[in-house]
This record gives sequence, structure tokens and C-alpha cells, in this order.
Amino acid sequence: MLIPCPHCGPRAQAEFTYERTLDSVVPLDAAPDAAMATLFTRTNPRGPDEEIWRHTFGCRAWIVMRRNRVTHEIEHVRAAGPEALP
Amino acid sequence: MAAAIVSRYSAFSLLRGAFNGQKHWQPAWRDPDPKASYDVIIIGGGGHGLATAYYLAKVHGIRNIAVLEKGWIGGGNTGRNTTIVRSNYRLAPLHDLFEFSLKLWENLSDELNYNVMFSPRGAMFLGHSDADMTKLAERGDAMACDGIDAELLTRDQVARLEPLLDMSRNARFPIEGGMIQRRGGTARHDAVAWGYARGADSLGVDIIQKCEVTGFVRDGDAVTGVETTRGRIMAGRIGICVAGNSGHVAGLAGLRLPIESQTLQALVTEGVKPMINSVIMSQSLHCYLSQSDKGGIVMGGDPDNYPSYAQRGHPMMTEGAIAQAIALVPALSRLRMVRTWAGVTDMSFDGSPIIGTTPINNLYLNGGWCYGGFKATPASGWTYAHTLATGKSHMLNAPFDLERFRRGDTIDENGVGPMPNHR
Repeated sequence: MLIPCPHCGPRAQAEFTYERTLDSVVPLDAAPDAAMATLFTRTNPRGPDEEIWRHTFGCRAWIVMRRNRVTHEIEHVRAAGPEALP
Repeated sequence: MAAAIVSRYSAFSLLRGAFNGQKHWQPAWRDPDPKASYDVIIIGGGGHGLATAYYLAKVHGIRNIAVLEKGWIGGGNTGRNTTIVRSNYRLAPLHDLFEFSLKLWENLSDELNYNVMFSPRGAMFLGHSDADMTKLAERGDAMACDGIDAELLTRDQVARLEPLLDMSRNARFPIEGGMIQRRGGTARHDAVAWGYARGADSLGVDIIQKCEVTGFVRDGDAVTGVETTRGRIMAGRIGICVAGNSGHVAGLAGLRLPIESQTLQALVTEGVKPMINSVIMSQSLHCYLSQSDKGGIVMGGDPDNYPSYAQRGHPMMTEGAIAQAIALVPALSRLRMVRTWAGVTDMSFDGSPIIGTTPINNLYLNGGWCYGGFKATPASGWTYAHTLATGKSHMLNAPFDLERFRRGDTIDENGVGPMPNHR
């Protein structure tokens, strides 16, 4: 994959690390049951999903990427800030 | 029901065939069309699904069974692993399950009348530091407490067993010792699928290939059948057994699982004379290698560490595994790689499998095998068959129920938590 970092432009996948899906970030005020469900279940679709990656070996910024898990086609990438998280 | 093919393989039948040009050979299983309904449908014709069907028919006497496979049997992860068989886990639920499996492996060729080429050549973990050796000793003790063979090896013993390892003091990954399970080894992966398929078919199981499940037939809280590319098929009980694609198939029933699918790669070199005697594994590095009966060096490493259903991986991961293997066995640098491949693995959120019931009545789940499913094939089939036949867990798979994640009762050998990419 060639991943378009919002800060650095297109860079090799080797510079990036995957963190988790966007919907698995637990809101700080989540009830215990909801927190467990968020942490421990995924839709894991055979298609596109919204994921948090990090440009670990580049600018080290967090990014949000919508990517197809069968074709690896990247629909969009955006910078992740506190406002991107639930 | 079409007559099942039951001719036994034996030296005598081979000899008799010598007099008629070996014309007695028959297909090893039938190719039936799906019936309108079955007592049990197993989704997924890999080793686990076929073993489940075999034990359902053999042990539990249920004969009206279909195994539905979207491609060809054994064409998924059964044909994409590194064929390693061992039971050397630290946690009791894991080593109990895998030890039961290993015992079935030891008699599997006789049981199936099919040579699965199980080769107990020894499965050895390398220790690269004092800390590694302490960890291996702890693991070995945990196994020994449950009667499983584990033997701590000194540096010299490791060197004698595998003379081609770089044992020098300035090696990139110095070797301080190891731990071997001598009953561990390898098996022929395709033969496992074919042997179970032939065994199940001879007991009346319909193995239906090129039949993809596209949805479930629901009746309130229960499933009563499946929609497939070959029409609707009804069933009393339905067992999902599609590790790699568990998330997708369970999603068709509206379930969210503690699983993320990731790519795991492996590779094989050209065939050479015997040079690797055992299965060499390093869990500190995460690299494992063995020599196939054909002579190729089979090796693998870490999963790709990001979700993918692509069955192809990033070259960076194979390069990493190769670099580690060459650092351990420098002679490997002279070999040419002939093939590399990838499978889609169910990375579960505690690193352990899931075998049991689901919140939907009559729907059962077997998945989440991470990168360790092949060795479990017989036990997975045995316990899943028990669960599908009785509606209850077998003693061995009771700890591996889907509800354990909600209870906070995970079986986490590596202590990593719900982050398979950090495993």
C-alpha cells in the first residue's frame, strides 16, 4: 500500500503501523458493559472499515484511514485529532 | 443417498491392483448435490470442518450432515499453514486441548486409513537469554504438571540436535538453550483434509464444494437454514467453521465477534538434503522453521499486524522472518525461495480459539484460531462435534466459549489483551 499521509504525502506502508478500528476507541464515560463490547467486539467487515493508523516511522502523527480490507483500496485519509475520536 | 465409497487402502489392495494396472482406484469421496435439509450443516470444508463432520458421524452417530465449502476442501488455511503439530502451551486450558489433539494425531493415519504423514521429529523452542530460559522452564513445568512431555535443553544439547544453528557467542541471536517437546513435529496438511473428507464421506456425510453461504434463514431467535450459491438448505443445527472468515460469516447472522482477520504469510525454499532435524521455533523472535519431507525449508513469522482478507501479504514480513531464520541458521542464506503464500487468520482478542454456542439458537461457532489452528484440527473437530451433537460444551472446549470475553475470563497465553496486532 502507498498511504497518503495528510502531513507528508504518499509514503510506503512500511512507515506506518496499524492501531485499531475507529469504532473500538472507548469513550471515557462509557458504561462497563458498553466499554467491554467496544473493546472486545468488531464488525471485522470483508470490505471497507475506518481504522486508526500511525505514521510511526515518519512524522509519527496519528491518522484515520478508510480502507478496503480485500482490495487494500484507500478511500480517504485524514489527520486524527481529539475531535476525530468519540 | 448415493452409495458411499468405502474401499480400504492397504498393501494388499495395492498388490492386487498391480495385476490389473491399478484400475481399482476410485474417487476418495462423492460429489453430491445438496439436499433440501440436513440435521447438521457445517459451514467450511477445511480440516476443522471435515474433522467435525467425521467425529459427528463416527462418535455421535449423526449421519445426515452436509459440509458446505465455498471453494475446494482444504483450500483455505488448511493448505496454507506451516504444518507444525505441538501441545507446548503454558496455560492449562490450552495445553489440555492441544495435548488431546496431539494424542489424536499420534493415531490419526490408522484411524482414517489415510497416511497423514505425522512426523514426531520434536518441536523445539530456542532460548536466547536467561529470561527466555526462565520462561521456557516455567512453561515446561506447567506442562509437566499435567503430564505433557517437556524437556529443557542445555546449549550443548541444542547444538547436538541442530548442528547448523549459529551457536557462536557473537551470533546475532545468541542461543542459551531450549525446550523440546519430542512428541511434536509436522504432518502433511492436505492429507489431513483429504483423510477426514474420505472418512466422513464413507459415513454418509455430503461434502458440497463450490457452495458459498450468503445468508441465514431466521425464525425468531433461531437459525433454521442457510442461503447459499446453490440454493436454500435447511438444517437443525448449523456450525460455523470458517476461521479467517468468521467475522464475515457471523456478520451474516448479525453477530460481532472478538476477532480481527489478519494475513499470515509463510514460504518454502527449494528442496535440499536433510539439514534441519526438528521444528525450530523462537518465540522471542517469532520465527519458526522445519524441513518438509520433500526437502524444502518451510518457514514463517509474524502476522502482517493489520486487518486484511486479501490472502496476500506485505513482503516486509517475510523479509523479517527470513532475516531471523538466516541469523539462526546461516546456511539457509544459500537457498532460493520457491514459493510464498498467505492465509487469512482469525486473530481473536485473547489469542485463543472460540468453540461453542452463540447468542442465536441452533447456531454454533468454531473460530478464532489465530496462527495456531492446524495442530488443533483433530481436537477442534472432536470437541465441536460434541458441542453440535449435544448442544453443550465438551470439558475441553468449555473454557473457550464466546461469553468469556464479556465475563473478563480470557485465556491469554501472552497477556496482551484485545489488541491482536500487539500480540
